[in-house]
Amino acid sequence: MSEEKLLKIAEQAKADFKEGLVETIFAFGELTLVVERERIVEVLQKLRAEPYRFHQLIDLCGADYPKRARRFDVVYHLLSLTQNVRLRVKVMTDEVVPVPTVRDVYPNADWYEREAFDMYGMLFSGQPDLRRILTDYGFEGHPLRKDFPMTGHVEVRYDEEQKRVVYEPVKLTQEYRRFDFLSPWEGAQYVLPGDEKAKA
Amino acid sequence: MGIILPGQTDVTAYGQAGRSTVEGYDPKVHDKFFEAVSTELNDKGFLVASADDVITWARTGSLMWMTFGLACCAVEMMQASMPRYDMERFGMAPRASPRQSDLMIVAGTLTNKMAPALRKVYDQMPDPRYVLSMGSCANGGGYYHYSYSVVRGCDRVVPVDVYVPGCPPSAEALLYGLLQLQKKIRRNGTIRR
Repeated sequence: MSEEKLLKIAEQAKADFKEGLVETIFAFGELTLVVERERIVEVLQKLRAEPYRFHQLIDLCGADYPKRARRFDVVYHLLSLTQNVRLRVKVMTDEVVPVPTVRDVYPNADWYEREAFDMYGMLFSGQPDLRRILTDYGFEGHPLRKDFPMTGHVEVRYDEEQKRVVYEPVKLTQEYRRFDFLSPWEGAQYVLPGDEKAKA
Repeated sequence: MGIILPGQTDVTAYGQAGRSTVEGYDPKVHDKFFEAVSTELNDKGFLVASADDVITWARTGSLMWMTFGLACCAVEMMQASMPRYDMERFGMAPRASPRQSDLMIVAGTLTNKMAPALRKVYDQMPDPRYVLSMGSCANGGGYYHYSYSVVRGCDRVVPVDVYVPGCPPSAEALLYGLLQLQKKIRRNGTIRR
């Protein structure tokens, strides 16, 4: 039932946004609209009003695809309680081109945008308070980028002489061990022991 | 602890008077230790003990703990102080102020951002002070050992007396850890700072 509704919404969106809508993806019973970056505010304003009535911004997050020219996605998850459907809106950007802020459309986007900035380093134009929100004070880098090392760059310790907590470059006593040869997500890059004859 | 036989009046060792649940319990037979204490009190009106014992006894009997609940371990810490495990029967009670607490239970993941605050709270506690590290994360980073934002063990920031393993440790485990801490205090009791 919600599938029909979503397809109807997709049709409507195509008619309403025209070239502002880059792509419509319908997969796994979920609808995703990929939108021109500059028109995101306008699109969300329209999606919030009649006839869509997506009154809630459930989440605003990011995604990093390092091989792409515009490597970041900013993903908006919307919910319409009156229609009982959910919608995903995406825009693409890179490290330098800012995405217009949507905090005038959905006020809760304020902290979400700060979080996305903190984790990925994408910029939001018109956002008056683009500070880090989760990571440590004076933190360097953006931890959810794919090229950020998992263990980071610094670690803390209490220094008995200075009588305060100090930051030092990371020294791991035991290297991180990758057990990905049995990872159900990535799979093995080589033939697993016992599997030699499986393909022959 | 021996079983009291009916008619037996000569209990030789301390702590042998048994309990009312033991078969053959005789309410007229008293424990020698308590009898001696009682006699001394009745006789002289005071008790004599070494100052060390009295001081460590006082310390173990009122371990007011500074709650430092950082993650899911905190739920087990609350559980331990609730009626089922009831830490209060050992004289422990949660204390919201570091100035009035003797023990800090670091319950949960200590992040880089929280580390200076944890140290500050520890510095505000009066001596003698004890730290109990609760759970894998506080012990050595645990699940987040390789993370960019987590301290690999709270002993990098504060000196730890007792480590309680588990993820999270059950309330019983925490209670056991606290009893171990009491034992530790009794064993190397000192009034030197």
